[in-house]
Amino acid sequence: MFKPRSIQSSLMLKDKILSFDFILIFSILTLGIISMFAMYSTDGGEFKYHTNSHILCFFVFFSLFFFVSLIQVRFWADQSYSIYILVFLLLLGVKYFGLTSSGSKRWLDLYFMNLQPSELMKVALILFLAKYYHRVSIENMNSIKFLFTPIIALVAPILLVSTQPDLGTSILIAAGGIVVAWLAGVRIKFFAYSALVFICLMPVAVSLLKPYQKSRILTFLNPERDPLGAGYQIIQSKIAIGSGGLFGKGFLNGSQSYLDYLPEKHTDFIFTLFSEEFGFFGSLSILLLYALIISRIIKIGNITRSSFGKLYCYSFATAFFIYVAVNMMMVLGLLPIVGSPLPIMSYGGSSMMAIMFGLGIAMSCKVYKDIPVN
Amino acid sequence: MLSPGSGNTVIKSKLISRRMFLLTACKAVVMVGLVGRLISLQINQSTKYKSLSDKNRFREWKLAPERGVIKDFYGQEIASNEPLYQVHLIPENVQNINRLFVRLRGILNITDKKIFYLKKLINKQKPWEPIIISDNLNWSEFSRLNLFLHELNGVEPIVSVARMYPDNSSAHILGYVSQISAKDLKTKKYLKDLSVPGMTIGKTGLERKLDEQIIGKVGFQRYEVNAFGKRIKEIQINEGQAGKSFTTTLDYEIQKYTSNLLEDKAAAVCVMDVYNGDIVSLVSAPTFKPNSFVHGLDKKYWEDLRKDKKKPLTNKVMSGLYPPGSTIKTLVALSALENGIIKPLDTFRCKGKIELHGEKFHCWEKKGHGIVNLRKGIQRSCDVYFYEVARKLGVDRLSETAKKFGLGQHVLSDFVEEKAGVVPNTKWKKKFIGQNWYIGETLHSGIGQGYFQSTPIQLCLMTAQIANGGFKIKPRIIVDEKNNKLKSFMKYKIKNPNETLPKNLLEENFKLTPLFNNQEHINLIKDAMFSSSNEPGGTSYRHRFENPKFVFAGKTGSSQIKRFTEEQREAEVKQIDLNYKDRDHALFIAFAPYKDPKYAISVVVEHGGSGGSAAAPLAKKIIKKVIERDELRKKINSLLGDTV
Repeated sequence: MFKPRSIQSSLMLKDKILSFDFILIFSILTLGIISMFAMYSTDGGEFKYHTNSHILCFFVFFSLFFFVSLIQVRFWADQSYSIYILVFLLLLGVKYFGLTSSGSKRWLDLYFMNLQPSELMKVALILFLAKYYHRVSIENMNSIKFLFTPIIALVAPILLVSTQPDLGTSILIAAGGIVVAWLAGVRIKFFAYSALVFICLMPVAVSLLKPYQKSRILTFLNPERDPLGAGYQIIQSKIAIGSGGLFGKGFLNGSQSYLDYLPEKHTDFIFTLFSEEFGFFGSLSILLLYALIISRIIKIGNITRSSFGKLYCYSFATAFFIYVAVNMMMVLGLLPIVGSPLPIMSYGGSSMMAIMFGLGIAMSCKVYKDIPVN
Repeated sequence: MLSPGSGNTVIKSKLISRRMFLLTACKAVVMVGLVGRLISLQINQSTKYKSLSDKNRFREWKLAPERGVIKDFYGQEIASNEPLYQVHLIPENVQNINRLFVRLRGILNITDKKIFYLKKLINKQKPWEPIIISDNLNWSEFSRLNLFLHELNGVEPIVSVARMYPDNSSAHILGYVSQISAKDLKTKKYLKDLSVPGMTIGKTGLERKLDEQIIGKVGFQRYEVNAFGKRIKEIQINEGQAGKSFTTTLDYEIQKYTSNLLEDKAAAVCVMDVYNGDIVSLVSAPTFKPNSFVHGLDKKYWEDLRKDKKKPLTNKVMSGLYPPGSTIKTLVALSALENGIIKPLDTFRCKGKIELHGEKFHCWEKKGHGIVNLRKGIQRSCDVYFYEVARKLGVDRLSETAKKFGLGQHVLSDFVEEKAGVVPNTKWKKKFIGQNWYIGETLHSGIGQGYFQSTPIQLCLMTAQIANGGFKIKPRIIVDEKNNKLKSFMKYKIKNPNETLPKNLLEENFKLTPLFNNQEHINLIKDAMFSSSNEPGGTSYRHRFENPKFVFAGKTGSSQIKRFTEEQREAEVKQIDLNYKDRDHALFIAFAPYKDPKYAISVVVEHGGSGGSAAAPLAKKIIKKVIERDELRKKINSLLGDTV
């Protein structure tokens, strides 16, 4: 049943490449190329800064994806704690040396790029918890003692990120962490308790929210409350998507976006732009591509033998799904505008780096599916 | 502890898979929700959002239409449009705003105060919204600006059109245009979809009467705009429709001539064609500069106009109310004849005054006129004769005749400034003053004083209707308003000059409205007016014409401002010795040529003294000018198929 460990660990490059999940690679590549066209449209049909930078980012980190997937999954499992600590240190660094832009401190200036460590934390936390729960035995899973580490590993970065302030990313980081704990078998009652604590802490949290964050939540509850102020983004996004109709306005003809009615069209609202130009069928294809990526990662989780691999793939697939769902629900007016990029499509190097890195590890699980992890 | 056995792994894997299955189910639900939302937005509500998107995308700018022009009878434009040279500035295209203003000051006349104001304006509005630096440049400034344009980035020369009046002679009848006020928008329904910033509308006179048609249809430019309101590109342009142009019955040459004659007087002149009611001239003096209203009025000029005692803003021909004075005697005599009160040869003795119930009624001739019949009464304008006639006639019968001839009601339609005046009678006094009528007031009415109030245009119409043989005419000032019923009658009359038609035949065959019972009475009045102007002793004998082509028949009048006291009467105070404000208004009505009447004229000179000395000489000059131009007018009339 088991292949000798020595054989699998010394796989030829050719064998590794042959064992790639090509459907996954195809979906990622297609989505990447679509995103380049979308970015080209946001630049008004010219190769300007955002388009060039996005294309470069995609190919650089697509290569990273290959590189990561060719390295044994055991290595990534071994290094997961170090990776988490490294990212955490970067997050701390943001607090002291970060760049401030439009009121929040999220970036580190690395000269060749502005790194947003909170994006990396999304994957690092999943990696960390997958490794941690991989090592915790099923009996100890629900003992209080083994709950401390995950809670600290979860809460510490969330506190750092939400004080940047970046509500959207901290929620997404938390979502990823909770998914791992849930999948690992932590009892439902613990989640219920935490939810209770969370609700009790809500008033405190609300008082800590910045005025613009409060207004966003209120605006979500009633977008027409202030159509020219905070509700503007949701209304304009809905107009853009709705006016796309069945077939869209055509490539480079999205009037809402090129007349600047769409806010943040490079990042959070990239789906809106695509949806305006390519209509319902375009939006549906994007949705299908994401569904394909997610289902392929789940499939890798199904066939991989180690519980680290399973835990990681399932969690990452779920987190990936949450990123996509939250972004889309946001631009479709189903969630408040919290600021979350659409994986692969949105402009932004750090997000692309984190997603490609995460996908790389998932692919590595496929390539080295039969190798156990310590 | 931390060493997972293989059995443990299997259980763990099963647990993970079970929980993953639950999560996947949740994902599927969310996925369905997303698709549902897309269907709702992009399919079900797409029409709604498409229209919202277009509303975002397009914005329209209205374009002011070109106002129609107003021409005189001969096609001369008396209210025209001239190119208007403006300088706009688009701040975002300017590199250095301070340097630009220094440069502009060298080229145009801009004050420091204006520059300060413009800079404040620039800071207030969006950088791509143009501001108007100067809205009315002359050609030399404009061409100088164009010469330096290459070094003035952001400055845009704009050519549009604005109302222009060639001179001030017809200011009152034409009226003026000015910016739309908030009140105009509220009160005038037709402006609802027409309002364009910077557009002017008619405020008085013909400009106001014709406003709805002359203003044209508003055009628009549809632009694609971005979220900040900046125009990206022009999508559609609709130039609108220029307003309708109008030809009036006015003669610009006579307008100018009359206006010059009346300079530095407060006076009104109206000239009318006696057959078709065409108003040939309508001048009120002093006049004002209608051009100064087009581009925002200078405050000092406005104050001067308002404070001027001669009231330059009032159209005295239509809104000036004057007691008709002795000019009413024509109607008093006619009314008495028609009602059978007197015979033409009945006489009264004028001793300079009569007494009634202890009150003295003076004739203007202190010595008295002696034995006076109707013809002499009108010729000499004997007051005593008319006191006697009026006493017998009674005010109610007089007022009936006066109203029939057009006094006490509007002559033209749709002029807001036109006044109706007053034709008093017993009922009127009871209703508006609440008192009974006194017989003494009848005597005053008989010489056109007291409650009588009439406008010069009414007196002109009255004269015209006497001159044409006693037929009702409807005065017109715009050429398209056809109403010439007299035409066919006059044709008949020329063929059969000696045949007199009974009244009912006139009404049935020619659809005329005779204002008489017996046309002979009208002829008697005309003859009496002739004697007043052309026979020795007549009140305007000094100003007669010898040339039969110009001979006119008229009636003088003066309307009292202040009654003379007995002392003044004894001292024989002359009008010229009184304060300007206390002098009588001088009136004169006439028609010419006497043998074949064509035109009627009324002249009022405020505080001019007596009609014979102040108004008649003016009328004489105008009559000559009008008759000299009659051939020309006839030609145009025959071109219009309107000849007699």
